[in-house]
This record gives sequence, structure tokens and C-alpha cells, in this order.
Amino acid sequence: MNILETHHIVKEYAQHRALDDVSISIPKGSIFGLLGPNGAGKTSLIRIINQITGPDSGEVLFDGKPLHEHHIRQIGYLPEERGLYKKMKVGDQLLYLARLKGLSKNQAMDKLKIWFEKFDIKTWWDKSVSDLSKGMQQKVQFVSTVLHEPDLIILDEPFSGFDPINANLIRDEILELRQRGSTIIFSTHRMETVEELCDQIALLNRSKKVLDGPKKQIKEQFKTNTFFVEHQGTLPSQGTIYQVQSTREVEPGYHRSQLQLPPGLTPNHLLQDLIQQVEIRAFGENIPTISDIFMQVVNEVPET
Amino acid sequence: MKNILLVLQREYLVRVKKKSFIIMTLLTPFLFVGFYAAVIWVAVGSVETKTVQVLDESGLFSQQFKDSKTLRFEYLTSSLDSAKTNLRQSKVSALVHIPDDIMERPKGVRIYAQKNVSLELKSEIEKVIEKQIEDIKLTEAGITRKVLEDSRINVSSQTISLSEEGEKSSSSGAATAIGGICAFLIYISVFVYGTQVMRGVTEEKTSRIVEVIISSVKPFQLMMGKIIGVALVGLTQFVLWIFLTIALTSVAGLFLGDRMPKDPKQIEQQMQEVRKDLPTAQLNQNQGPQNPVSEVLSAMNSLNIPLILGCFLFYYLGGYLLYSALFGAVGAAVDNDSDTQQFMLPITLPIIMSFVFAQFVLRDPDGSLAFWTSIIPFTSPIVMMVRIPFGVPAWELALSMVLLVLGFMGTTWLAARIYRVGILLYGKKVSYKELAKWIFYKG
Repeated sequence: MNILETHHIVKEYAQHRALDDVSISIPKGSIFGLLGPNGAGKTSLIRIINQITGPDSGEVLFDGKPLHEHHIRQIGYLPEERGLYKKMKVGDQLLYLARLKGLSKNQAMDKLKIWFEKFDIKTWWDKSVSDLSKGMQQKVQFVSTVLHEPDLIILDEPFSGFDPINANLIRDEILELRQRGSTIIFSTHRMETVEELCDQIALLNRSKKVLDGPKKQIKEQFKTNTFFVEHQGTLPSQGTIYQVQSTREVEPGYHRSQLQLPPGLTPNHLLQDLIQQVEIRAFGENIPTISDIFMQVVNEVPET
Repeated sequence: MKNILLVLQREYLVRVKKKSFIIMTLLTPFLFVGFYAAVIWVAVGSVETKTVQVLDESGLFSQQFKDSKTLRFEYLTSSLDSAKTNLRQSKVSALVHIPDDIMERPKGVRIYAQKNVSLELKSEIEKVIEKQIEDIKLTEAGITRKVLEDSRINVSSQTISLSEEGEKSSSSGAATAIGGICAFLIYISVFVYGTQVMRGVTEEKTSRIVEVIISSVKPFQLMMGKIIGVALVGLTQFVLWIFLTIALTSVAGLFLGDRMPKDPKQIEQQMQEVRKDLPTAQLNQNQGPQNPVSEVLSAMNSLNIPLILGCFLFYYLGGYLLYSALFGAVGAAVDNDSDTQQFMLPITLPIIMSFVFAQFVLRDPDGSLAFWTSIIPFTSPIVMMVRIPFGVPAWELALSMVLLVLGFMGTTWLAARIYRVGILLYGKKVSYKELAKWIFYKG
């Protein structure tokens, strides 16, 4: 079951096409990484999902139904360009934002109490936002995003402005929210976060979707069937099932080589072959990182 | 709708709770009443009776100078020199010396005083003398006193109609004042509250909260909530001002006690007395300075206050809505306050122009300039307010109101188109051409 699907979204601004036939599906309960270089159209897509702007053509389905105004209450959005009313008190501000999301005053109060205890920020209630540090403001902002317990949480660069400790705290909260059934869309440039948290990704480049699917599957797809081996002695250059791409000496007597297997052969075939030829100290398959895939896909498209 | 209310509530409460709002709201009536009280104090206080001595060597003017509320005349028989010496020591305000050859040399009259003689006193004395000389000359020319008195009766019966005319002119003075004040208040509040809307929008934009908010409410709702919220702040301020001023005035009235005329009837009586006292020809010219306070108070009675108040609220709201939407659009189009200048001119110009027009309209409230500027929505809130106390045909008022409503619906539509694009655009200098494009962007 997909909580969100977009079908053939096109969005044009005066000079350029921001989204060109973009279709993605976000399974319920997943953490979905929306990736792409600057200007690829991520923010445009997110704004369409949030109904801040509408698509020129195409369709967005939320929980199987066409996106409607009332879905706003089921979405929590932390924009990249974020902020709070500087002179408003933290408590009042969060109450206001929660009520805009459709919570009653009492509901909002109850939920806020829980979060204030969880983050240990009870003393902040009557503080003006301008008296808080940037990291503190980010925490308040995060609370405002998830307070109404949305089914879909959209986080645009959620970790910017957090120190490692607070970043961890937020990461744990995100995982807990997923545990409770929320779906999370991540838009970020930090590939290690994607690597760690996401189980689905979509990659936008130049307004088009160039890649999407489960992270594992994509990695599988980008495997080149290359392996590394650290070994004692030298590999024969002829009469083997593999090709040596490179070899370098890592310390006296030991070499590290990159080997390419032809399609159809498995690591086991390779190992059988190698055992007879050299002393193996380490062996592994080169699995591409998301960062590698990102670079590869983005650079593939020629500049126009 | 619920979202507009929430936004409105926040905008309203945040502003009303501000210290500057509370101070301004409380302080202004005090300043106003203080100023008003000071004026009354001075105006009423100056009605102390002055004594003027008359040394009439010609003998033609005995008992011609009539005592009035402010002046008491004493007739001297001593010589000029001794009278002058006495003047220095006494409390007498002035000494009028009429030489015995006054009929031949009318310019020989001298007024002596310790301090400068007020123009008012001087002209009054001159008039009495002129009239008396005129009488004498007429008598010499063969007109008997009987005829003269008959003719005086005629003159005085004419004066009654003249005095009605005079009352009308005094009421037009009040109309001018009321119209001017209302127009000025609308002018100021359109600026003050319009700028507040603009600031509010840029604040949301620069603090980057706007994207969070419009993921919950539509940009139009956010804009309308803000505009209406600020309008209510303005209304709150006006209502508090009116109540506080009334309360303070009655308190001030207690202190000023019987020095201030209380009910209009009494004032009317006083005015009648004043008129009786005055020589007929002087009536029209002299009305103003006699008792400005009672004049205004009685004139107020002749105006249609509920209509004026109702229209004031309507034109305040209409004018404010028309312009604040545009101010809001400017706030959305720029990145910070200092960039607003380039877009402000087309908005402030019509406001300032209408205030300038208002000055001309005050002088000619029924002219064609008055008509057109009070019909066109951009100038009508200020100009029409100037005209209303003078009386405006119902159809003109209705037309102007309908056009104003259409006008602010138009500007709100326009502003909303610019607003929804502008609030999400950061770090870009926007040109008019670009603004025009935004208006035609789709959804």
C-alpha cells in the first residue's frame, strides 16, 4: 500500500520546467529518500505534495485518493527554509501552529506537554523564540512538525543546524515515528543519512526522475560485479576467469587488486580460482554506496 | 474560514499585547483632551472684562460705547495728560482719546495702552466711532433720527436672515473641521496600519516561517487573516480612543466647572445675547472670535453625527482594505524592509494625492474635483469623508461605496496573486515586469 503516489507530474515556471513527468510511489511505513542535486526539482515536488502549489498536469494520490485540502492535517512538513515568529513565545507559537493543523486547543496542549517533557524543554514555554539558540529553535520546529501525529512527515534537510548529539536525538525520534506507523520523506544532500536511514529512494535530476525503488534493489542494480582482494604474491595476468583492473602494493609483499568478473559468475567461482593462485588476506565485493550511484547517475546526463 | 480566524486571532493578539500599542492607545486621548482642555481654558479664561477709558473731547460719543461681556467703558472728563498719567498706575487696559475736531480729522483718534492694544479692541472702537460719525453726517444731510432709527430697524431685520446665514457658515466651519479630522485619521491609519500589514508579511518572509504556515493554510487565508486582524487592531484603537476621550472629557469638564458651557441651549442663548450686544453690521465678521467653543459645540448639533460615524467606519475599513492588500503584496514581493521603497511610491502617491485633493475639496465640497475624487476608489475614502459633513447626495454616496467595495475586491485579488508567488521567493530582486507575470501564473 502506498501512502503517496504521484503520476506524471509536470510543473512549469516562466523560464523552465521544474518537474517533468515525475511519478513516484511511497510505500506506507517507509523512510523515503528524495535525492537530487540542487535545482533538480525536489522542493517543487515537496511543495506540490504540501499543496503549496499545484501541478500543471498530473495527479497526486494520498492514501489512494486524490490529494485534497483536508489531507494537510495528515502531513507534517519541515521545510529547508524554516523559521519561527521571533517575538512570539515558544508555547503560544506551538499552540498556534498545532491549531492551524486542526488540533483543538486542549488536544494541542496535551500533546505539547508530552513533547516538552520528552525533550526536557519545559522551561522554554514562556521564552521568546529569539532568546533560544539556533539548535533550540530547530528542536521547537521539529516538535511543531510532528505534533499533530501526521501520517506523512516531510523533512527537508532535517539535520542542518543540529550538533551531533541533537542530530542523534532527532534521528531516534524519526525512527520512533516510523515505528508508530508514520511514513517519512527525507530530502537531503547528506548521503550517509540516506545510507543509514532510508529504505526507499528516488533520484531527481534536471526535473526528471532518473531512478527510484527500494534502496537494496537499486544497489543491486548498480553492482558492477567487481571485487577486491588483498593477497600475497602476484596474480597471473592470463588464463583466469577474471580480469585484473588494478593492482597496488599496500605494504611490502601484500597487494590489493580490483577484479572484474564476467556476468553469470559468482564470488564463489572467483574464490575457487583465487585460492589456487595466491594467499588471500581479505576479500569482498564492491557494493556501490548511494553516493557513488548519485554521482554516477547525475554525471551520466550530459550537460545541455 | 476557521484558518482565517486563527490567523486573525494571532495577528490581533500579538499586536494588541504590544507595549507600543497600549501606550499609544492610552496616551493619545490624554494628549487630545489635554490639548482640548488647554484650548478651552485659554478661550474661556480670556473672557475677563477689560476696562477701557474714553476721553471724549468732542462730546459726540457719550454713551455710544456699549459695555459688552469683555469690555467695560468708562467716560473721563479730565485732561488728556492726567488721564495718561493715571493710565500708567491703574489697571485700565486702554485709553481712547477722541479729539474735538474728530468730524474734520477722523484719523485723530488715539488709543493709549500700557501694552499693545489687541486688533480686536482697536477695530471695535474704530467701528463705533465710524458709525457714530456716519450717523451724524447722515443727520447733517437731512435725515432725521426718526428715519435713521426706522432704517436701523430694517437693517436689523435683515440681519436676522443674515444671522441665519451666519449660523450656516459657522456650521460649515464645524463641517470643515469634522471632515478634515476624519480625512486625516483615515489618511494616517491607512499609512500606519497598511505599513503594519507590509511589515508583518516581510517579517514572515524573512523569518522563513511562511513556508511552514502555508503548508497549513492557503496563502490567501494567511493574507486575509493578517489584513482583517490588523484592521481590527485599528478599530480597537479608535473605539478605545473615542471612549477614553469621552470619559476624560467629562472628567475634565468637572474640573473646568461652570467655565465651560454645558448644554447647547444655553450656548444658543449666550450667542443670542452676544448678537444683541453687537452693532448689527459687525455681526457677521465678529462671530468667530466671540466664543469659538460654543460655536463649534452648537454647530456639531446641526451635523448628522451617526451618518458621519457610520461613513467614517465604512471608509476607514474600505480605504484600509484597498490599500493594505497592496501593502501586503509589496511586503511579499521584497526580501526585507529596506527593499520596499521601490514599490511603495505607486501606493503612497494616491494616498498623498487624495489628502492634497481633500484640501481643495474642503473649500469647494460640491465641485467637479470633489465629485470625481470622491467616486474613484483610490481617493474616495479620504475625499468623501471631507464631503460628508457638508451633505452629499445619496446616489453619489452609494456609487462611491459600491465602487470602493469593488475596488478593494480588485486590489485584494491582485495582491493575492502577487502574494502567493512572492512569499516563497527568496533572495531575488523583483521588477515590475516580474510582478506583472506573477499575476498571470497558474495555481
